[in-house]
Amino acid sequence: MTQYVGKPLSRVDGYDKVTGKAKYAAEFDVPDLLYGYVVNSAITKGKIKRIDTQAALNLPGVVKVFTHENRPKIAWFDMKYKDQDAPPGSPFRPLRDANIVYNAQPIALVVADTFEMARYAASLVEIEYEEDKHETAVETNRHKARKPSVGLTTLFKPGPPKPRGNFEESFSASPVQMTGEYMHSMEHHNPMEMFASTVVYEKGRHKSGGRYTIYDKTQGVTNSILYVSQVFDIPFKDIRVISPYVGGAFGSGLRPQYQLFMAVMAARELKRSVRVTLTRQQMFSLGYRPANVQTVALGASADGKMTALYHGVVSETSQYEDYTEVIANWGAMLYPVENYKLDHKLVHLDVATPMDMRAPGGVTGVSVLECAVDELAFNAGIDPVEFRLMNYTERDQIADLPYSSKELRECFRQGAERFGWVKRKPEPRSMRRGGTLIGWGMATGIWDAFHMPARAEAVLMVNGKLRVSSATADIGTGTYTIMTQIAADTLGMPIEDVLFKLGDSDMPAAPIEGGSWTAATVGTAVKTVCDDLAKKLFKIARKMPNSPFAKATFTDVVFADKAIQLKNDTSVSVSLQAVVDANGGAAVRETSSALPNLFKQRKYARATHSAAFAEVEVDEDFGTVRVTRLVSAIAAGKILNPKTARSQIIGGMVWGISKALEEESVMDHQFGRIMNHNLAEYHVAVNADIQDLDVIFVEENDDIVNPLGVKGVGEIGLVAVPAAIANAVFHATGKRIRTLPITLDKLL
Amino acid sequence: MNPFAYTRAEGVSNAVRERASEHTAKFIAGGTNIIDLMKENVERPSRLIDITHLPLATVDEMENGGIRLGALMTNADTAYHPKIAERYPLLSKAILAGASPQLRNMATDGGNLMQRTRCYYFYDVATPCNKREPGSGCSAIEGYNRIHAILGTRDTNQDIHCIATHPSDMCVALAALEAVVNVTGPYGERSIPFAEFHRLPGNTPHIDNTLQDDELITAIDLPARGFPDHYAYIKLRDRTSYAFALVSVAAALELENGRIAEARITLGGVAHKPWRRLDVEAILIDKVPSKGVFQQAADAMLEGAQGFGHNTFKIELAKRAIVRALTEATNLNSL
Repeated sequence: MTQYVGKPLSRVDGYDKVTGKAKYAAEFDVPDLLYGYVVNSAITKGKIKRIDTQAALNLPGVVKVFTHENRPKIAWFDMKYKDQDAPPGSPFRPLRDANIVYNAQPIALVVADTFEMARYAASLVEIEYEEDKHETAVETNRHKARKPSVGLTTLFKPGPPKPRGNFEESFSASPVQMTGEYMHSMEHHNPMEMFASTVVYEKGRHKSGGRYTIYDKTQGVTNSILYVSQVFDIPFKDIRVISPYVGGAFGSGLRPQYQLFMAVMAARELKRSVRVTLTRQQMFSLGYRPANVQTVALGASADGKMTALYHGVVSETSQYEDYTEVIANWGAMLYPVENYKLDHKLVHLDVATPMDMRAPGGVTGVSVLECAVDELAFNAGIDPVEFRLMNYTERDQIADLPYSSKELRECFRQGAERFGWVKRKPEPRSMRRGGTLIGWGMATGIWDAFHMPARAEAVLMVNGKLRVSSATADIGTGTYTIMTQIAADTLGMPIEDVLFKLGDSDMPAAPIEGGSWTAATVGTAVKTVCDDLAKKLFKIARKMPNSPFAKATFTDVVFADKAIQLKNDTSVSVSLQAVVDANGGAAVRETSSALPNLFKQRKYARATHSAAFAEVEVDEDFGTVRVTRLVSAIAAGKILNPKTARSQIIGGMVWGISKALEEESVMDHQFGRIMNHNLAEYHVAVNADIQDLDVIFVEENDDIVNPLGVKGVGEIGLVAVPAAIANAVFHATGKRIRTLPITLDKLL
Repeated sequence: MNPFAYTRAEGVSNAVRERASEHTAKFIAGGTNIIDLMKENVERPSRLIDITHLPLATVDEMENGGIRLGALMTNADTAYHPKIAERYPLLSKAILAGASPQLRNMATDGGNLMQRTRCYYFYDVATPCNKREPGSGCSAIEGYNRIHAILGTRDTNQDIHCIATHPSDMCVALAALEAVVNVTGPYGERSIPFAEFHRLPGNTPHIDNTLQDDELITAIDLPARGFPDHYAYIKLRDRTSYAFALVSVAAALELENGRIAEARITLGGVAHKPWRRLDVEAILIDKVPSKGVFQQAADAMLEGAQGFGHNTFKIELAKRAIVRALTEATNLNSL
């Protein structure tokens, strides 16, 4: 029954992607398309005193310039702008009024009959501002930090728990201690594909409104359709959002971005089809991973038992929404420390609202925590792997529940063995290769194993092939492939006869594709609907004239070789084609919902774990660091497809190298503006930065997380890597660099 | 990007005439820099004169033993040309340290000289910049100046108007090799010694070099002396490829009887032009290679250097890079 699941199948969408057949949001062409180009604010805080669009309008082909002064009427209540990933607060509304609340805020849309003309016209829009003093730096404003508000998203991103034990007392009594303050810069997602929406306008069924087919870059078509419907008061039946392919997103597509608003607004007002695409520079005017300052203090007994943990976080958010992520909690989930105190505060700055970005909060907090644990182990004179084994736990201290499965111990063992950890000399600066210092470091990773409700449809088509669909997304992760595998196995069909479709709001609803929950969530829905369809098919087969299953029950049969077969005698079978024929030649369809089994889940904490081992070479004269080897051992339940899963982990490891050594959005606080807003100056790892990457999957059998035993691999590949590298840098140089990225100047 | 006219030039004199008749026109060859600048509204040419069809993609031996590189040779073809790789390995190495393979395949040698600074503020029309808009101010001095200049920033009154750097790697090697830039203008041809091609910002930072608006670079002459035996190019940057130099060093030496007979040191990423000092090179002449004398040269090379906060680390980094480059060039570690 598992001919495909667990096998390293190549992507089913691979051919279409490499041949260019796969179309992305900005590639759907329709006749008479108009092009919109967004004008962004040059200041950070204040008001638009005057906006003069005449020069732009005078150009041939310019149709309209939308500003706050002439924008059409849109929804008034904040509630209408709340998307599925909206933090507590009042969501940003493009063109709402003359106020500027962050730098590069969209303030006008120029619509013309070519992209080039729209872009040129945008450069001629004259704006006079009244500037107010702005604040954009976390560090200098941290004294203003306060507790975040609570909202719907808090369900998945709980704030810090109440303190446990007595941190102060136990810390001051600890013979082994460490304290440190850490700083991380802002980072932007920068997927390859820029945000784009192509809105195809058609005359509506009613004279009042039109019909809108929207090709959108999004991690959730359901999220986009809800937003468009509420904000523009367009009935669902007149909107369809389609997003078959997404050229990377990393969380940036979890909220509708302003190009969607702009494109729909223009299409509705002009009764024309409109496309709005953002430029790479404008990709820096969206959400981002927030800059933060973290303070950690750890205490241990002389024999290395962790006794006290403090993790305090000050993170940035906008003036209008309280974006939070789980940063401070991970230590109490990873270590059995009896006295902990965790804190997370927000400082409200004149910036855009941050957004979830791959392993949001997880990589932020764990990168700090695991450097701190490394330091504590070093102060205790204990090997870092040994130290973690001494402080191992099978329970999540915060939930006070056992983990449903946790093969972290095995990750340490297999990772250390593959890496050759046993040959590590414990003293910093003790390993060399030629003239360069060598450092070996390691760290633990953790991420939640979420499971959400989702729906899916399965259709056995008249040609005997199977089509399964759900309104989820594939942001390059392999959703198409693994869902095809699950469906093929469940109904015993060859993979060529199974077609999985996604990214269309007409399909059964699925949640936004984030949090590493899609494999578990949509996978369970696909499995459920295929099981339900199997029952339906069996019923039809049983009622066929002279059916060989007349006396059989569903449990007596299996689905294999495109047929229903008796378990005890597989030669007794009815082909699926025959079932369709028996159904009067009509397709057989089923739609099902799959809900998490809360009854089973509530007794357990559920998480993925990892151990990362890094080798760095440091040229001490220059402070340059190269990551020469990286081993990641991953415990993430069942691996549906080792090939696409490995790609996910490798992507996370590459990102880990970027985050540790290169990546930061640099804001000039004089202007409140990000200055390195292009891919030449915003550094992510390039091919030449990447050397030996090794991935180990330590499989877990876990029937608590979900029926598939899947935990998801989207985030866990990243979480442990930056700390492993920073710890390796310490081992090489003896220097604890507490500010990421570790650029060469910090090691001079 | 503004609308612009496009002309394909049919010969050097024709190209120069076209350019002279329209002072807001620009030449385009590989387009790896000007197109970006046009998209950002930093450059707004009324016309692009496409010179890619001129017969300037040539490598010729010269009577004096040197080599003449046609201005339209691509960076990649230059770096991998057997004569360059063999006789001017410093130039090959510097070129290959720059950009990415895709960019080097498009970018031309003439264009490399003409590329503009990568200063964040120069690129962003929402911020003041004296180079882009004379008199508007320099945002980098008080701003984020990690990639900016530490040398040659002051004008004759000791005022600072611009701390941009020239971003090229190739030009650092060309300066060390004492290349000569051949240009053609409406009134004929002239040759510009490399040291005089790029200029310091002074109080006119909007002028990058001494090429006149209506002049076209036709060739770059490499003198016979190529330093194939003792050379080094060290580039320090924020990632292993596709990043501009924070500091780069081209070192080229000739050794005779264990002593330094000829020395060239040029720094990149530290000034408005490749930074070379003849008096510093003189320190090395007749010396036996040693860490001590290299350090002395390095200290002298950075004399007068001034950091602006984010880039202050470059001063020490440049010194260390010079010592390393000279060490590599003389194989001192293996002696």
